[in-house]
Amino acid sequence: MEQLLSCQNLTKRYGYKTALDSINLTIERGRIIGLLGPNGSGKTTLIKLINGLLAPTEGLLLINGAVPGPETKKVVSYLPERTYFNSWMKVTDILNFFCDFYSDFDRNRAMEMLHRLNIDEKDRLSSMSKGTKEKVQLIMVMSRDADLYCLDEPIGGVDPAARDYILQTIITNYNERASVLISTHLISDIENVLDDVIFIQNGHIRLTTSVDEIREQEGKSVDALFREVFRC
Amino acid sequence: MAWILDDSRPIYLQIVDVIKTNIIAGAYQPGDKLPSVRDLAMEASVNPNTMQKALTELERSGLVYTQRTSGRFITEDTAKMTEIKEQLAKEQIQLFLKNMEQLGFKKEDIKRLLDQELKGGK
Repeated sequence: MEQLLSCQNLTKRYGYKTALDSINLTIERGRIIGLLGPNGSGKTTLIKLINGLLAPTEGLLLINGAVPGPETKKVVSYLPERTYFNSWMKVTDILNFFCDFYSDFDRNRAMEMLHRLNIDEKDRLSSMSKGTKEKVQLIMVMSRDADLYCLDEPIGGVDPAARDYILQTIITNYNERASVLISTHLISDIENVLDDVIFIQNGHIRLTTSVDEIREQEGKSVDALFREVFRC
Repeated sequence: MAWILDDSRPIYLQIVDVIKTNIIAGAYQPGDKLPSVRDLAMEASVNPNTMQKALTELERSGLVYTQRTSGRFITEDTAKMTEIKEQLAKEQIQLFLKNMEQLGFKKEDIKRLLDQELKGGK
């Protein structure tokens, strides 16, 4: 099977500022990967490139062997850091929206998760707390049967109990041919569910390795290593 | 059984220890079927790949065996169980002795204190 994602000398500049500098990276199937780096390191830029919201300045990014476009959007499920739903929307509107847009969307799976978190389908987004809105959005994204899930800061605004449920949701909803890319600062919360980590800094990949390897070789958690590598 | 995982060791090794302890302590009986990888992963809140790795390790130690198509089972080999039980006990004792040495106790003192404790305090 083809590599799920590969970046070859991928570069993105905003004017004179280089956000990603000639990155080479591959992502295999069946992995949960943490994309970790300090603020302004290029995490969101990379995720936006994967989703075709930005075009590379130089280099190549391939998903299932194809450049980002309508075909790759069918297999990439994206949770942006900010919501794109209108606040007048009810949960049912969003469900309809996802059913219309994505043929791989599983409405029953989404409804089941909404019920588990006591979210009423008749509720409007405008009446929800920040955390609940995030939950709704994540449920939509994880209810697709995609190849690659890109989650940009998925657990920042939700309480620890819901965080656990969301992580369980991520673990249970992906399969061997899919991978999950999670960008976050909350490393210790997600560390136990990660296979691999990518450390990114100033547009460069500092380190790609597995969580087990870090623990075996360094004798410390990913969180501790992150604090050491990116000490201010 | 709580899945308390610490920060310093690979997660799959810690899972191996938890399941080992469960087997030794009798929470799982010989011949019992283990839950599926996915269910165990959910229970421990870890990634299925990590759980898979832990189970492979347990298979290698002989405590768990796989029957094709029907799943994973706890070994019925009681000699194997005893062997692993004693090995775990040995590890605990060595740890204890090391800690006592660090406190500056000699072997005779350790023995005397241990005897005293086993007899029920002072």
